[in-house]
Amino acid sequence: MSLIRFRVDEAHEEPAVTLDAFLGQSNATAVRVEPGEDARVLLPFLDRLQLIEIAFPKFRDGRGYSSARILRESGFTGELRAAGDVLLDQVVILRRCGFDALASDHVLDLAKVEEALARFPAVYQKAADAKPPVWALRHG
Amino acid sequence: MYKYDEYDQAIVDARVEEFRDQCNRRLSGEMTEDQFKPLRLMNGLYLQLHAYMLRVAVPYGTLDSRQMHMLAHIARKYDRGYGHFTTRQNLQYNWIKLDDAADILAELATVEMHAIQTSGNCIRNISADQYAGAAADEVADPRPYAELLRQWSTFHPEFLLLPRKFKIAVIGADEDRAAMKLHDIGLKLVRNAAGALGFEVYVGGGQGRTPMVAPLIREFLPADDLVSYLEACLRVYNRYGRRDNLYKARIKILVHEIGADEYRRQVEEEYLHVKTLGLDPPAAELERIAAMFALPPLDPNAPGEIERSDPDFALWLDQQVVDHKVPGHAIVTISLKPTGGIPGDASADQIDAMAKLAQVFSHDELRVTHAQNIVLPHVRKADLYAIWTRLEETGLATPNLDLVTDIIACPGLDYCALANARSIPLAQKITERFANLDRQRDLGEVKLKISGCINACGHHHAGHIGILGVDRKGEENYQLSFGGSGAEDASVGKIIGPGFSEDGVVDAVEKALETYRGIRVEGERFLDTYRRVGPEPFKAAIYEKAPA
Ligand code: SF4
Repeated sequence: MSLIRFRVDEAHEEPAVTLDAFLGQSNATAVRVEPGEDARVLLPFLDRLQLIEIAFPKFRDGRGYSSARILRESGFTGELRAAGDVLLDQVVILRRCGFDALASDHVLDLAKVEEALARFPAVYQKAADAKPPVWALRHG
Repeated sequence: MYKYDEYDQAIVDARVEEFRDQCNRRLSGEMTEDQFKPLRLMNGLYLQLHAYMLRVAVPYGTLDSRQMHMLAHIARKYDRGYGHFTTRQNLQYNWIKLDDAADILAELATVEMHAIQTSGNCIRNISADQYAGAAADEVADPRPYAELLRQWSTFHPEFLLLPRKFKIAVIGADEDRAAMKLHDIGLKLVRNAAGALGFEVYVGGGQGRTPMVAPLIREFLPADDLVSYLEACLRVYNRYGRRDNLYKARIKILVHEIGADEYRRQVEEEYLHVKTLGLDPPAAELERIAAMFALPPLDPNAPGEIERSDPDFALWLDQQVVDHKVPGHAIVTISLKPTGGIPGDASADQIDAMAKLAQVFSHDELRVTHAQNIVLPHVRKADLYAIWTRLEETGLATPNLDLVTDIIACPGLDYCALANARSIPLAQKITERFANLDRQRDLGEVKLKISGCINACGHHHAGHIGILGVDRKGEENYQLSFGGSGAEDASVGKIIGPGFSEDGVVDAVEKALETYRGIRVEGERFLDTYRRVGPEPFKAAIYEKAPA
């Protein structure tokens, strides 16, 4: 497993608990959301969560992208970690959906990740990152 | 038509390099086929039975002569001298080498073309009415909105790994020439009582093994809110669409299982949230795009009379040409369905010839239709004879638009790894059986569509006559259905009875059409008669002498 973070704070040490466990015991600060689980149930707790781990058991299952955006759109500023079958070719869309940490089951080469992230000079749509969409660039 | 600015070009160029890198990593073994597959699919590259197939996007079916010439060039240089126009208004090459794929994309990028999202479980190329901007019956040109959606959906980070593929069509007229209600999302431009422009939004249509006509989800969506609303539609689907079964993963199944009302409720709830995020481009962006789709300068005083003394020309004129919204002008459909030909195929020389005609006679514009033909949208009536003469010379003057030989057929077992049966040879046999033009014209409008398997790429459910290839104990077998339509009266065809051999199904089609001729009333098409009398007379005629 390799962990790549795009944050300057310390990596969170406490292991993430399952969503059920989190909702049952109230003082955990890290939680893990599986693809079929509704990230919105976490909205009342965003203030005290430091890490939300979104599981990607299979990279083809894209539900985690919606979970991530929902959490960011609701103001979550803690670490949002994509965990599991995380591959180089999904890095760009993961970042755009608000993930700022990648915990991959594979070996991700940091240089290649950075190369991929720098590849596209512009984006067409607004998402959870800070990139302005081309329509904003076109019309100031 | 739309022209790239520096941003569009930079994005497409970057994609070429990204794909080149992905191909290299696959060829070197750094990436597994399992990892590579969704990536190449998202770039329109399929592995077929004999070679790779590359599907090039023709956004909303509109292109210019420069792009058309490039398609011909690629057919010559990298394929076997042919291109195949598809039911998604795209173009496919069937004999591509993986090593060439990135170079082809680089060549396409020089004429503002790409293969982005022509396949894969993402939002596909947006389709539109092929008469957009030229038809007299439209509320507004749907293509500026289609372009807006092209940009919105291109590399949309949340929606590249959906449960299944996602197809959107946009129309602006009452007559539905784009099978809008058979799409995952169908959009129809309308004006409300106050005169404001907006959309009827239909969600959950589709073909495949569970064909469905999309229910109306929003009666009036203000046009400015389009991106936000679709974002909500897609997010609900991405989160709740089924991923446990490939055949139940399309949005039509979600909408069907939870019901249109519940789906609408969820979308509206999500939309309330999404609308606060500022995702919709400003009005100025739509204006910028719309300006590029302005009607070319057409002289409304151009002469409207056409000299009809050449009978072959007159035949073609009556079948292939409709009025343009500007007097003295016309819209020409070029048939890619010659007798004995492969529906939608064109040789590189023919592609070049059509490009030239567009440049000289149609303000440099062409359209691809979902029925696999080509349109010259803006021609002067006075030029029609010259156009026809040139089409004759290149074998493109077949006068059979919407007749029984204007067949839609998928590639079938000749190319497709999923096929149960061949589609192309069957289409060829049918065109040969009905080759007599007087007979075809007497039979009138018949939309005959053939799919080589239940995936329904040949739209058989939407055929007035639909033919589906199935596998029966290792033998190719064809099921026949009647009563489908992809038009504004959209409906799904019904299977008439037991299946047939290849020759048997040609006979059955002939018997059905002869039955229709016998019982039709004045002005009725085959579809109308079938709807009026039901399947019984057709069944009786078809199975009358069938061996027990
Ligand atoms: S309908 Fe079936 S056989 Fe025809 S192209 Fe689609 S998948 Fe292939």
